[in-house]
Amino acid sequence: MPPYKSNKRHILPGFGLSMGYTVFYLSAIVIVPLATIVIGAFKMDPQAFIATVTSPRVLASYRLSLSTAVFAALCNAFFGFLAAWTLVRYRFPGRRVLDALVDLPFALPTAVAGICFATLYSPVGWMGQYLEKTGIQIINAPSGIVVALIFIGFPFVVRTLQPVLVELEPEIEESAQSLGATRWQTFRRILLPHLFPALLTGVTLSFARAIGEYGSVIFIAGNLPFKTEIAPLMIMTKLDQFDYDGASSVAFVLLLISFSMLLVLNAVQRWQQKSYR
Amino acid sequence: MSIDIKNLTKRYPGYTALDDITLNVQKGELVALLGPSGCGKTTLLRIIAGLETADSGSVILEERDTTNLPAREKNVGFVFQHYALFRRLNVFENVAFGLRVRPSSSRPSKSEIRDRVEHLLKLVQMDWAIKRYPSQLSGGQRQRVALARALAVNPKVLLLDEPFSALDAKVRQELRRWLRKLHDDIHVTSIFVTHDQEEALELADRIVVINKGKIEQQGAPQEVYDHPANAFVYNFLGNVNVFHGRVKDGKVLVGDQLIEAGHASGLPEASDGQAFIRPHEIGVSRIRSGENDLAGIIREIRLMGGQIGLELETAAFDKPIEAEIPRDIWRNLQLSKGDEVFITLDRVKVFTGDYEI
Amino acid sequence: MQTNTTLQEQRKAPLKRNDPPAVQAILILLTLLFFAIFIFMPLGLVFAEGLRKGVAVYLEAIREPFALSAVKLTLITAAIVVPLNAVFGVTAAWAISKFSFKGKTLLVSLLDLPFAVSPVIAGLIFVLLLGTRTGFGSWLGDHGIKIIFSTPGIVIATLFVTFPFVARELIPLMEAQGREEEEAAITLGARGWQVFSRITLPNIRWGLMYGMILCMARSIGEFGAVSVVSGHIRGMTNTIPLHVEILYSEYNYTASFAVSTILVFLALVTIAIKSLMEKNVHNHQPTQH
Repeated sequence: MPPYKSNKRHILPGFGLSMGYTVFYLSAIVIVPLATIVIGAFKMDPQAFIATVTSPRVLASYRLSLSTAVFAALCNAFFGFLAAWTLVRYRFPGRRVLDALVDLPFALPTAVAGICFATLYSPVGWMGQYLEKTGIQIINAPSGIVVALIFIGFPFVVRTLQPVLVELEPEIEESAQSLGATRWQTFRRILLPHLFPALLTGVTLSFARAIGEYGSVIFIAGNLPFKTEIAPLMIMTKLDQFDYDGASSVAFVLLLISFSMLLVLNAVQRWQQKSYR
Repeated sequence: MSIDIKNLTKRYPGYTALDDITLNVQKGELVALLGPSGCGKTTLLRIIAGLETADSGSVILEERDTTNLPAREKNVGFVFQHYALFRRLNVFENVAFGLRVRPSSSRPSKSEIRDRVEHLLKLVQMDWAIKRYPSQLSGGQRQRVALARALAVNPKVLLLDEPFSALDAKVRQELRRWLRKLHDDIHVTSIFVTHDQEEALELADRIVVINKGKIEQQGAPQEVYDHPANAFVYNFLGNVNVFHGRVKDGKVLVGDQLIEAGHASGLPEASDGQAFIRPHEIGVSRIRSGENDLAGIIREIRLMGGQIGLELETAAFDKPIEAEIPRDIWRNLQLSKGDEVFITLDRVKVFTGDYEI
Repeated sequence: MQTNTTLQEQRKAPLKRNDPPAVQAILILLTLLFFAIFIFMPLGLVFAEGLRKGVAVYLEAIREPFALSAVKLTLITAAIVVPLNAVFGVTAAWAISKFSFKGKTLLVSLLDLPFAVSPVIAGLIFVLLLGTRTGFGSWLGDHGIKIIFSTPGIVIATLFVTFPFVARELIPLMEAQGREEEEAAITLGARGWQVFSRITLPNIRWGLMYGMILCMARSIGEFGAVSVVSGHIRGMTNTIPLHVEILYSEYNYTASFAVSTILVFLALVTIAIKSLMEKNVHNHQPTQH
């Protein structure tokens, strides 16, 4: 049957009203405000714009944001996969509680997460006092930023992998094993390729979130220029100095990165859907 | 309430769903729109109901042009393939819905609504389930409720879109007979869409065969079945043997065998065509009964419930003939695999020209 | 945020393809270790630090006027933001799921934009748009309307940040439910509002509630965007997360964690409702096929 589609008028009521309101509200809250930054960036003196975004301190903040986000996303690829696998395929006491708590990073305000990690890893904190002795520094270091970003991005990987893991047909594994494959071979050659698109989606989501993250990072990072100053904080710093153009310039580049991540994500998801068909 | 459909056309990007359809349905009639999936029959039904708009043409209900009337003003009962019961309302509320949404000036009183709903639920034998929710009912029960819901608003016409296709075979047959009986009682003008020829033949007063947006043939079930207007209809209504042949001397030549065929005398000499015969119209016997009988050998015997299916190989035809004979004849003849028999093909029909399904 | 459609029933079935017990034990232990470090320790820490100096100090911290005014402002913000975004979410989901039109895919991806924008930038754009620097902003200022560094700014920034939650929850749900029930209601003579209020709304109530809860959780907890637009006027434009930050930066750790316990408690309630509702949504969603 063809999709029911009318080229003359719509059968159900309210199309004009709902569509009109949707477009109006979307424009008022999202499109127009976002456009101001883009327009602002274009109105700016190009040389001043380039000077701002290529100044060593700003470049260092981009580099830091990107590298810690990548590192955290890779860690989450591992931990997220581990948690999704364990939660879906094994039965153990407390599993349901763990499963529910996967969402904690979504639900917990980032500022609270931030002060928690800063306190945990301070030299006298629950974790920090032991790490201090081994010489590993977390607080006021890029590794601390990574810790916060792992926390923030973790649910994305778990929640995208879980449904795919659940719907994995046992027949796939059974037939592989009946053909003589070992468990490890089955995992590496059959399961992993099958789960890979979802894993990639989750990792991309967690990466995209990590690039813009602010609240959970600033408490643990120490915010030392050139060392532990992330890009969103850079915007904040410029704003505090009433350097609006500078703040917009930094934000514009960060937006470009985020939106290209969105495009990548779209491509990944399309690929994911295709590979499950 | 009669329905007059005039020159209805509906195009989608890439194909034509309805191509200049003209159709008349008499008051109180039960009409089947029969055709393969994608032939446009559901689109036609939805246009009548106002759930779809036509590109051109008109729908006239009892001399009133309703083509551009919004669906809610058409007063047409529509029964959906997947029931479309309101899942958050119970059976009573579902049936009462159409009455309760009326403007207060024409809304019946609470007790009138209750009486009407109870009456309808009794009619569809669902009065025991009045407080249940759709999810607690079987498919057949849901469809009965959906029917009662459609009837509650006293529709001028009742439209049913593949009403039984989501049900399993036994329930489907039961519900089919019950619907026929119901229609005989209440006599509301009804159109139902189906792709199941058996359903159409058993249930309808009249069958309209549709293919690729066009009406191929319409008429009483027996008439359409016995006198298919063309190759498509012949093929669509039931099992059939098809042989490629050529018209010769008012007969049809299949392989090197000349076969008597109705209509063939009117066809141009030497034109290509197809010869059709239904399996149950083929005679099989141990002795030659006429000079046109073919000699054949039984290759396969299939038990098909009351009938016996035979696969017959002949020297004349390049593929086996499928025949069906009643079980007791098969027993009397004591046929078994490899036996030689005589085949009577006196009800062959020939159609020339293009033909595809 | 994903909903795990078939997780519920499948989880009950024992799996036959399990890994060797030793592998299972190791992986479960690793998972527990991860949860211990990243989930349980922060949770425990909040309560331990908040109660470090005793219940009296704890209660004092959450009852002092600045804390109370932060709670008040947070609740006001949520009370404005959640209904507005809920109405929008329902409207957008109706337009997107019940009709076919060109550009639908684009529209759906535009709805997700706020999720891709850093909270700091979300705040920045409203400072730029509504602050005294722009013509519009100074016009507002001239007429005595102060948006940035006051409550309206916080509300608008929060609107942006929580914009997609309800729509995102409802669109897949309503697309899965299809249009047939609404069509049936129309053929029975129902008018637009009747179709929506009697058929559609009851069908989506769980999803709507769930989306609103997510929206509320985020609007209570939003930090980055609100931090940019608030201007940090203590007692005037502080939300709970901002109050937590200020206390922390004043080295008043105990009070900071004490106030955080409110937010942790709300987060845990949100999670609990979410897992309860997931059960509900999936168990009471009778399929009609």
